[in-house]
Amino acid sequence: MKAISFEDVSFAYEEGKYLFEHLNFSVEEGEFVAVLGHNGSGKSTLARLADGLLVADKGEIRVFDKTLKDKNLYEVRKMVGIVFQNPDNQTVASIVEDDVAFGAENVALPREEIGGRIDFALKAVGMEEYRNAAVSRLSGGQKQRVAIAGVLALKPRIMILDESTAMLDPRGRREITEVVRRLNKEEHITVVLITHFMEEALLADRAIVMNKGEIVMKGTPADIFERHEELLTYNLSLPRIGYISKTLRENGFGVNDTLDVETLAEEIANCVLSRNG
Amino acid sequence: MRIVAERLTYTYNAGSPFRTTALKGVTLTVEEGEFFGIIGHTGSGKSTFVQHLNGLLRLPSSLKRRKKRRKEGEEEPVLRVGEFDLSDRKTDFRALRKSVGMVFQYPEYQLFAESVKDDVAFGLKNFTKEKLSKEQIESAVRDALEIVGLDYREIKDKSPFDLSGGQKRRVAIAGVIVTRPEVLVLDEPAAGLDPVGKQEIMNLLHRLHKEWCKTVIIVSHDMDEIAENCTRVAVFADGAAKYVLPPHELFRKSEELRALGLDVPLTAKLTDALKRRGVSLDSDFTTDGFIRAVIALKTGEGEKP
Repeated sequence: MKAISFEDVSFAYEEGKYLFEHLNFSVEEGEFVAVLGHNGSGKSTLARLADGLLVADKGEIRVFDKTLKDKNLYEVRKMVGIVFQNPDNQTVASIVEDDVAFGAENVALPREEIGGRIDFALKAVGMEEYRNAAVSRLSGGQKQRVAIAGVLALKPRIMILDESTAMLDPRGRREITEVVRRLNKEEHITVVLITHFMEEALLADRAIVMNKGEIVMKGTPADIFERHEELLTYNLSLPRIGYISKTLRENGFGVNDTLDVETLAEEIANCVLSRNG
Repeated sequence: MRIVAERLTYTYNAGSPFRTTALKGVTLTVEEGEFFGIIGHTGSGKSTFVQHLNGLLRLPSSLKRRKKRRKEGEEEPVLRVGEFDLSDRKTDFRALRKSVGMVFQYPEYQLFAESVKDDVAFGLKNFTKEKLSKEQIESAVRDALEIVGLDYREIKDKSPFDLSGGQKRRVAIAGVIVTRPEVLVLDEPAAGLDPVGKQEIMNLLHRLHKEWCKTVIIVSHDMDEIAENCTRVAVFADGAAKYVLPPHELFRKSEELRALGLDVPLTAKLTDALKRRGVSLDSDFTTDGFIRAVIALKTGEGEKP
C-alpha cells in the first residue's frame, strides 16, 4: 500500500511562480526514503504538503486511504508526524514527559492511555531516564529525541524528518539516525528523511534528489552516489570519500566507488603494496 | 592582535545550587594572523571560552575573590586581547567589541531591521563613539556587503526576511564585520548549510581572513572543515584546552581524540585504516594533501628497484 502519494501536484508560494508543477511522488508503506537537495530545492515544501501544513494548488495528495482535504486533515495529521530542524523551537513544556504528552493530550486521548504512550515513546528514543528532566537542560540531540518521542506518542504510521539533524553535533546526529532506523525496522514506521548530509541518506532504502521543485534522480543511495557528475550539477557535492576515490581513480588507481572507509583503505593498500611487491 | 589566555576559569550560577564550572583553567595563545579552530563536544567549554573574547562573559573581578585567590597562593587568571586587558574592569569594552567581531551560531536568526542596509549599519552606529555621517555609514555598509559577496545596490533596500538562508547568513556576517574588527570569531559558521553552501561560507572566511580581519577563529564540530582550513586547532575537553596543535599534528592523535568523544576527519580515518594494513602515510590531513600523499606513495615506491 502507498503511504504517501502525490499525483500531478502543483504548488506555488507566490501566485504564478510554481515551485512544483505536475509532481508525482510516492512512498510505500514501511519504506525508508531519503530526500536530498540543496537549500531551496523544494524538499521541505514536499514535507509540509504531505502533512497538510501547506495546501496544494492542483493535484491530489493521499496519505494511506485518505485524500488530503480539510475534512480529513486531522485524520491525516494523526498518521503523519513531522520533526523539524531546530531542537529549541519544537518543545512546548518545561518537563520532558509533559512535552511528550502534549500532542497526545491535544487529540484528547484518555489519560490512562497517555501514560502508556509516554512510556513507549521515551523508551523508543532511549530517553526513559529523562522522563522528569527539564527540557532546557538537555543537549540538542536529546531535545530532538524528545521531539521525536512527542510525535511517536501519537503512534504515527509515517514519520517525516525535515533536516532534523542539521543543527546537531556529530554525536547528536548519530543518536537521531539510530533511533530513526530502529523505528523503521522494529516499529515499521514509514520514514521520509530530508537531509543534505549525504552520509545519512545511505541508511535509506531509496533516495530521491530534488532540484528546483522537480525530482531529478531516484534510486538506491549507492546508485545515486555513483552518478557524481550529475549530483554536482544539482549543487550537491559528493561525500568527501567519493571525491577521494574518484580522484585516485583518475590517477590510475584501481579503486572502486565506495563510501566505506575500510573498503577504500583496502583497495588503496592493494594498489600501493602490489606496486611495491 | 594576539590573544593570550592563562588559567582562565568560569563558573555559571556561582554561589547557587545550579553552579556548573564550565572553564577549569584554559591556557592558550592565538597569534595574530591565524585561522584558528576550536573543537570539543557539547559542554566542553568552547562556547564559554569564546564568549570571553569580546567580554560577553567577564573574568571574576571582585576584590574578595581576588584576595581569596591570593591568600591561597593561586595565580591570577589572565586574558589579553591585543592591548586590552580583560581582567581589568576599566577596560573599554565597547572598543574591544568593535575590534573583536562575534558571529553566533545561526546568525540569521538575529536579523531584525526593516532593510538589509539598516541591519548591517546597526552595529557600526552603536560601536562608534563619534557620530558618523550618512556617507560614511553608506560606504562602510557597501564595503561590508560587497566583501561577503552580495550586490549592494540590489540588496540594500530589501527586507532581510525575504532573502534565502545563505544570503541571510551573509548579511548577518556583514553586520558584524562592518566595524572592521581585527579578530573575527564565528561559532559554527557553516552549520545547517548544504555542502555547496558550506564551501561558499568557508571560501568567504578565507577571503575575509586575507582582506579584512587579521585573525579568524572558528568553533566547529566538523573535523573535515577544521582539517581543511585551520592553521592551528585547540581541543577543548572538560573545561580546558587539552591540545593546541596544527591539524597535521593533531589528527595523528586519532585515538586520543576518539577517547574524548570526538570524531576525526575522513583523511585521518583512512590513514588509520591504511596503517592497519601496513601502509604508513604522512599527509597534512587535507583532502588534497591526502590524495597527493597516496599518489606519491605509489609512484615513489614504484621507482624503487
